[in-house]
Amino acid sequence: MNTQPEPQTFMFDEISEPLVAKAISKYPEGRQMSAVKTLLDIAQRQIGRTTGSAWLPQAALDAVAARLGAKPMRIYEVASFYTMFNLKPVGKYQLQVCTTTPCWLRGSDDIVSACKKASGIEHFGETSADGVFTLTEVECLGACVNAPILQVNDDYYEDMTAASTEALIGDLKAGKPLPSAGSLGGRKSSAPAPGQTTLLPASGSGE
Amino acid sequence: MLKDSDRIYQNLYGQQDWRLAGALARGDWNGTADIIARGRDALVEEMKASVMRGRGGAGFPTGMKWSFMPKQSDGRPSYVVINADESEPGTCKDRDIIRNEPHKLIEGALIASFAMGAHKAFIYIRGEYYNEAQRLQSAIDEAYQAGLLGKNAANSGWDFDLVLQRGAGAYICGEETAMLESLEGKKGMPRMKPPFPAGMGLYGCPTTVNNVETIAGVPTIMRRGGAWFAGLGRPKNAGTKIFCISGHVNNPCNVEEELGVPLKDLIEKHAGGVRGGWDNLQAIIPGGASMPILNKAMADVQLMDFDSLAAVKSGMGSGAIIVMDKSVDVVKAIWRLSKFFKHESCGQCTPCREGTGWMMRQMDRIVQNKATLADIHLLEQVTTQVAGHTICAFGEASSWPIQGLMRAFRPTVEARATDYQPPQTVAQAAE
Repeated sequence: MNTQPEPQTFMFDEISEPLVAKAISKYPEGRQMSAVKTLLDIAQRQIGRTTGSAWLPQAALDAVAARLGAKPMRIYEVASFYTMFNLKPVGKYQLQVCTTTPCWLRGSDDIVSACKKASGIEHFGETSADGVFTLTEVECLGACVNAPILQVNDDYYEDMTAASTEALIGDLKAGKPLPSAGSLGGRKSSAPAPGQTTLLPASGSGE
Repeated sequence: MLKDSDRIYQNLYGQQDWRLAGALARGDWNGTADIIARGRDALVEEMKASVMRGRGGAGFPTGMKWSFMPKQSDGRPSYVVINADESEPGTCKDRDIIRNEPHKLIEGALIASFAMGAHKAFIYIRGEYYNEAQRLQSAIDEAYQAGLLGKNAANSGWDFDLVLQRGAGAYICGEETAMLESLEGKKGMPRMKPPFPAGMGLYGCPTTVNNVETIAGVPTIMRRGGAWFAGLGRPKNAGTKIFCISGHVNNPCNVEEELGVPLKDLIEKHAGGVRGGWDNLQAIIPGGASMPILNKAMADVQLMDFDSLAAVKSGMGSGAIIVMDKSVDVVKAIWRLSKFFKHESCGQCTPCREGTGWMMRQMDRIVQNKATLADIHLLEQVTTQVAGHTICAFGEASSWPIQGLMRAFRPTVEARATDYQPPQTVAQAAE
């Protein structure tokens, strides 16, 4: 668990500043609030980059409000409405298991069990004692033909099994980096696993 | 079935280069300036001639939607918003367009925006699609560098900017007015209509919201002609569609097919058939989570297009086909969707905020064999008090799965009731 006290100040750093300026510049004059989700995301990533836990303490929300010239409450509203903003500390790796019907049909219950077993986390929403993993139940991730899906931070891992889930988490525990995103079942994107039935190269016809 | 040469998305699976060079080789950006030179009215007429219906779910005729935008500006700019919030459970088609055919979407954005008098368009992509957003932004950057976006975009004489905004985790932002609220930097809570977005949308300006698949199909329709697109599929249900086949099939996949394709053929030809064979089929949700479920007898003969599915009180929605074999507790499968809708309700309207939680709990009681027949009938009745009584269509979206379950699987559901009495056979009654 992250037991550090909540930071009382937040400033966008030299990596974040150009991103903030660019985000605001994309919207018409006076409409800079349109950049609020982008700024919150930049702040959350900066905190993740510098502390290992990507979350948004109140100081960061207030800094975003100040930058956008908005009342802090407007920022709190947005930050609490959208699920991807973490309002409390999370682990270095966020294990996000989709359990909505298409993933459930393909065995997401097994993926949840494997995540719990390999990470030592007992319930959704909890962070492992070493602060490495947070386990979250998420709703449909929009990759349903590659179900079940385990999202770790920004990356989707697809066609998961209990074994591949435990192996992935084991590797992360051992300090290995995240593998390339995509199917861990060895197939190409959303094509049928044994091979394409359409867009076949030779004939120019799918029939 | 559809010929490969009639498929719009030649790089659906990413088997070729997604970058500009690859897109050019596939014919994207070919003569874009000539298309725009035909003029705004001609492009809207071409869209009408194509009989394209919006690919996001509602199936509204695209050409007609475009024609609602003001011809003359009253001083306010017009905007086009492209819905890439793909969040309807079962749906993952826009993801493939974005990561493997991003230039079709970008070129389509330019042509569509010109046709609606917009110099600026926004693509709103769901936040979880981080890698997809990175790739789309790369493609947008490439297009700017090549002069295909920006001042005098693609030498068309039309100035055009395209902005990508990421969401941050909220299904409701796929509803068009919630999307506008979110784009403006607010909570994604739907707006009352009227005023409709074409009159007062983003920043209070005329706006049209179209789905990714609708917009990405535009360049091909303009090149090959509306008549080509209209000639595919069935009357009033024209063209091609990416179907997402998930669940209990041997080979889950995305595939582009003609509208009106028989559901059984689609599954057997492309997805390797139902796990354990067609006779092991129990149920199919034909159009994403909110569309009413079909039982096997319905699925046996179902055609996949807007009107054929509406005729059986279901819908094609986003083209997401969720297949369930006989091993599934179909009540639990629908309960999980009720849980989804309860989680995603924005909380603005009372019937939805309270109703989705109540419906989920009642579904849970049926799953656990704790509900009575009267409870089940009350649940059915309550769904009708949620649907149609909310600002946006979420009330319908959360009620229809339960109503569909009752239509297609009433005996299965009622058999779960604590006070269920099996019907007496004639022979027993005679004794």
